[in-house]
Amino acid sequence: MSEIAGNAIIIIGALFNLFGCIGLIRLPDVYNRLQGATKCVTLGTCSILLGVLIGSGVSPTGMKALAAIVFIAITAPTAAHALSRGAHKSGIPLWEGSVVDKYEEEK
Amino acid sequence: MIGFALSLLTLSAFLCLFRIGSGPTPADRMVGIDILGILVVGFCALFAVITDRAFYLNIALAWGLLSFIGTTALAKHLEGKKFDE
Repeated sequence: MSEIAGNAIIIIGALFNLFGCIGLIRLPDVYNRLQGATKCVTLGTCSILLGVLIGSGVSPTGMKALAAIVFIAITAPTAAHALSRGAHKSGIPLWEGSVVDKYEEEK
Repeated sequence: MIGFALSLLTLSAFLCLFRIGSGPTPADRMVGIDILGILVVGFCALFAVITDRAFYLNIALAWGLLSFIGTTALAKHLEGKKFDE
């Protein structure tokens, strides 16, 4: 039973990863791509690891999956934020349809 | 079931590779590298399920750490700073 639930959550996570990567192809500029892809792929990978945790229960595999969930959930948004800040400072322009640019207003 | 998830992840990785190859700006390529690094963690988790061995998750943890450090270093480089600032 827990194995079936774990497999279902793994499939959902893999679908989230695929949708995030489609966003990486389809969206118009760096900031939109970062936004779409990072959120979807972080949630998808955490969901795959959660499926592993549910499928294997309290075991070395499950505990390592739990540690990896915590680690990915903390580091992936941090890296994406640093990347978008670096991209803005290096002067990459926003898409012409963007409505707000807080970094530019603060200068 | 797991094979289907593995094929979905492989398709996602190819989409990332397309973005790394074609990205108009350097930042686009760095975004692709960052996303690919997170996808590899998912691959390692699936391999741990398929082969029923726990050590693949050690690889996943180490890969996540190195991918984070690498992306932060790339972001620093993009910002135009030295790495020790």
